[in-house]
Amino acid sequence: MKLLTHNMLRSHVSGVTRGFPLIIRAEEVKLNSVDFNREFVTRMIPKLEWEALVQSAESLGHGSDLPRELVSGYENDEEFLKKVHHVLLEVEVTEGALKCPESGTEFPINRGIPNMLINEEES
Amino acid sequence: MKLKQLESCLQQVNGFESPKLLLEQYPTRPHIAACMLYTIHNTFDDIEEKVIADLGCGVWSAQHRGSGVRCWVSTKLCIGFDIDEDALGIFRTNAEEFELPNVDLVQCDVCSLPSTSLEKSVDTVIMNPPFGTKHNKGMDMTFLKNALQMARTSVYSLHKTSTREHVQKKAADWKVKMEVIAELRYDLPASYKFHKKKSVSCLKDADTFCKWCTAIKKKSKAPIHQAWRLLCQS
Ligand SMILES: C[S@@+](CC[C@H](N)C(=O)[O-])C[C@H]1O[C@@H](n2cnc3c(N)ncnc32)[C@H](O)[C@@H]1O
Repeated sequence: MKLLTHNMLRSHVSGVTRGFPLIIRAEEVKLNSVDFNREFVTRMIPKLEWEALVQSAESLGHGSDLPRELVSGYENDEEFLKKVHHVLLEVEVTEGALKCPESGTEFPINRGIPNMLINEEES
Repeated sequence: MKLKQLESCLQQVNGFESPKLLLEQYPTRPHIAACMLYTIHNTFDDIEEKVIADLGCGVWSAQHRGSGVRCWVSTKLCIGFDIDEDALGIFRTNAEEFELPNVDLVQCDVCSLPSTSLEKSVDTVIMNPPFGTKHNKGMDMTFLKNALQMARTSVYSLHKTSTREHVQKKAADWKVKMEVIAELRYDLPASYKFHKKKSVSCLKDADTFCKWCTAIKKKSKAPIHQAWRLLCQS
């Protein structure tokens, strides 16, 4: 699971209001290399939940010194865009779990695949 | 890359080990997948450098195969969603074999996504949803609705021709534009016995079937499936 995907996922356990961001409990993290494309990253940034991205990356030890708040003019900062690219697409959680911030429900991650199915008996 | 090459690459991919009838697990044939990608890429430019979701991705669905053949197109990230962990496991193995860095998989029930979930989270959705003909009536429409919720630009989806009018009405309700981009005659694979029995009679030419066009032209043989493109309102 890449952090770009993590940035979209929410917990839907009943009674939960936002269910976001899911807390990552990582047992194994892998780094992959993906081609950098400046336009892509620039286009994606406004669509992200920025704070959640930075927090999650930091929790994995891959924060890459990204600022907690977006600084304007980032479109022209190639170094910054490369860092965002790395965090979004190259850092992958392969084993571990996602934890709902409200209910504490855990969603296991195996072979990089988070299982978001809700086990009704549990909840 | 030529269409023929793409198709032959897709043929090397592993299939469902033991397809589950209830989940309507039959894979899109390589020829259809290749044609579909080719058109989506060349005509609509909805693949290259895009974030794509495949709902009900199965073992290795259309657009992931496309990215598997990266000399042909390069999506930025393909996210496959499926309810079945066995299918996703095979998908993972396929992705590893082809050394794809741009695939993510999520196990979830596409039908039970709340309306606030994954909203406008990807550029394009490409899917071959369950047709909703067995114990899951209406599932095709639920997939479509959720796909529209997720996509920022367009949704490409394969459906039975007979549901077209119904969907056209729905599309109007949902305020999206719908166009039929292709008509295809499927050969549903032998691995999926239930379907095989049912469809043999209407498909004499079991092997070739697929015809892509931008408007509906073919008259002689009634098409049984159509590929649709739905444009999201921004
Ligand atoms: C018709 S198959 C398509 C397979 C693949 N997309 C392809 O084109 O080769 C439908 C897929 O939807 C999945 N599916 C069925 N119900 C689902 C649900 N509620 N949520 C998510 N996936 C589901 C099945 O496991 C199956 O893989």
